Amino acid sequence: MNRIHYLFNTKQDRVLSIYFTAGFPKLEDTIPVMEAIEAGGADIIEIGIPYSDPIADGPTIQDSNMIALENGMSMKKLFEQLKGFRAKVHLPVVLMGYLNPIMQFGMEEFCKKCKEVGVDGLIVPDLPMQQYLDEYKSLFDSYGLVNTFLISPQTSEKRIREIDENTDGFIYMVSSHSITGAKADISEEQIAYFERVKAMNLKNPRLIGFGISDAQTFTTASKYSNGAIIGSAFIKKIKDAQNLNQDIQDYIQSVIR
Amino acid sequence: MIRVDEKGFYGKFGGAYIPEMLHPNIEELRDNYEAIVASPEFQQEFQTLLRDFVGRPTPLYFANRLSEKYGAKIYLKREDLCHTGAHKVNNTVGQILLAKRLGKKRIIAETGAGQHGVATATVCALMGMDCTVYMGELDIQRQRPNVERMRILGAKVVPATSGSKTLKDATNEAMRAWINDPVGTHYIIGSVVGPHPYPEMVARFQSVISEEMKWQLKQKEGRENPDAVIACVGGGSNAAGAFYHYYNTPEVRLIAAEAAGLGVYSGKSAATTALGTPGILHGSKTILMQTEDGQVVEPHSISAGLDYPGIGPVHAHLFDIGRAEFVAVEDEDAMKAGILLSRTEGIIPAIETAHAIHALNMIEYRKDDVIVINLSGRGDKDLETYIKWGGY
Repeated sequence: MNRIHYLFNTKQDRVLSIYFTAGFPKLEDTIPVMEAIEAGGADIIEIGIPYSDPIADGPTIQDSNMIALENGMSMKKLFEQLKGFRAKVHLPVVLMGYLNPIMQFGMEEFCKKCKEVGVDGLIVPDLPMQQYLDEYKSLFDSYGLVNTFLISPQTSEKRIREIDENTDGFIYMVSSHSITGAKADISEEQIAYFERVKAMNLKNPRLIGFGISDAQTFTTASKYSNGAIIGSAFIKKIKDAQNLNQDIQDYIQSVIR
Repeated sequence: MIRVDEKGFYGKFGGAYIPEMLHPNIEELRDNYEAIVASPEFQQEFQTLLRDFVGRPTPLYFANRLSEKYGAKIYLKREDLCHTGAHKVNNTVGQILLAKRLGKKRIIAETGAGQHGVATATVCALMGMDCTVYMGELDIQRQRPNVERMRILGAKVVPATSGSKTLKDATNEAMRAWINDPVGTHYIIGSVVGPHPYPEMVARFQSVISEEMKWQLKQKEGRENPDAVIACVGGGSNAAGAFYHYYNTPEVRLIAAEAAGLGVYSGKSAATTALGTPGILHGSKTILMQTEDGQVVEPHSISAGLDYPGIGPVHAHLFDIGRAEFVAVEDEDAMKAGILLSRTEGIIPAIETAHAIHALNMIEYRKDDVIVINLSGRGDKDLETYIKWGGY
């Protein structure tokens, strides 16, 4: 069974997904960071594949992408690092990457490698739904990979329904009109949007991302969804970590306590 | 037939590869722009502004001494005489009228050389709209006069500080800004790049160039079709405009001059078709300069307007099917061509445009062939670069 399906079959509330950039802060930190996220008590690990032009990301994640690339991270290197990680890490793992590096690696080869190493799902923010359905869905399905789509406050109800129809993992709710890491507090307008989507009774679980950073925002987001995704705030924490493993565990504990 | 299909593709290239957050904007644009642009009321305002504000039609000028030197009949399409000094304003006038009809209050734009930024700031002033222009930090330094022109016109200029700090990064920043304010903002893309419908929309606004060329040539030469059209290509908006009405006239050669920087294979180049491979850049499938790992390579050109690692999807298609000939012009040769045009015709061209002039040395033609060079912009903004180069 896909680990994402297993997770949501057994837990529907306060699911915490942590995003970090592969090869950051140091090239060989990928696996240690994953182990610490698991030890800290998060539920999903989202690994960002660094890209030179991440247009949906704010300055914090842009920087981490740049540093990871300077460290020598590449698609090939990432799959080398991930080889055998399932002996150490048991949480569902989602790879998040922009379309161009995946296309250059080869979509089928990419899916095959994902399955080989034990990746459960994908987020490709600049792969539109129609293109996915026309060109890639059967490929993702045949390698047992769950694809996740984003929705934002502007996404129409009709389109949310279409997205709900065409995924079977979870829906990534972008909390506001924003790139990653942009805003700190959750506004009334956002809450109205969370409630609106909640009332749609979608078949897929929903995780709220963008602007989640601490226990308070995590708890608020969880009230209106199945949980939340933390990215930029986590990247900031690990950028200058003295003791990577302990700092990560402490941070995750502080969010979920 | 060379034309965009209903999904926004030119052959293998094009489409709309955008984050879901931008889907509603792109959908709104795609669903509305054709009807708006086709309406008589839009056309009337657009045509009036092109005539009275931009100064169209621009002359098709027979370059006597240049023709003599090269042994061909060379015409210059004088887009440099457009208000604001380049062809860019054709598109910004069209898009601001569209933005108004979509009920947008705020305009954002990216700019490389600053010509598109100035053209955007100009139409925003004209329409009383709020304007923010994203510009690479490096370009802000090398195109100072244009930065100040934008500020005089009331626009805010925001430096893009990531990556190579040039046009590519300015485009990233503008896209991020649009994601952050998708409802009230229209993004005026300055070239035939970006997600569908931008490449076709911008090309259509620029197609007035080849539309005029046809009747002007008819008057001067007794025929609508030249033997060749030459234009420089960064993203490719002036080339798309100059080629547009000749796409499907194969007897007209289309020649695109890319920037080879310090040499195509020097590692300091922006010669996209020579060095690039298919991939995704700024929302469309096109040809771009990238590493084996799919990371976008930072380009180099002495001209900020050509300093871009991709080309518009229509140009990728023209290249792919062999419809257009691509030549790569080095910095030094472009600068010399700029001086040549200055001294033979009394026209100091933009350095972007100078690449197209030098292409005359790189193509074969018959004596008395009719060749139109799209003189996309004037060189005022480049004085500092000319002075620094100093080879005159």
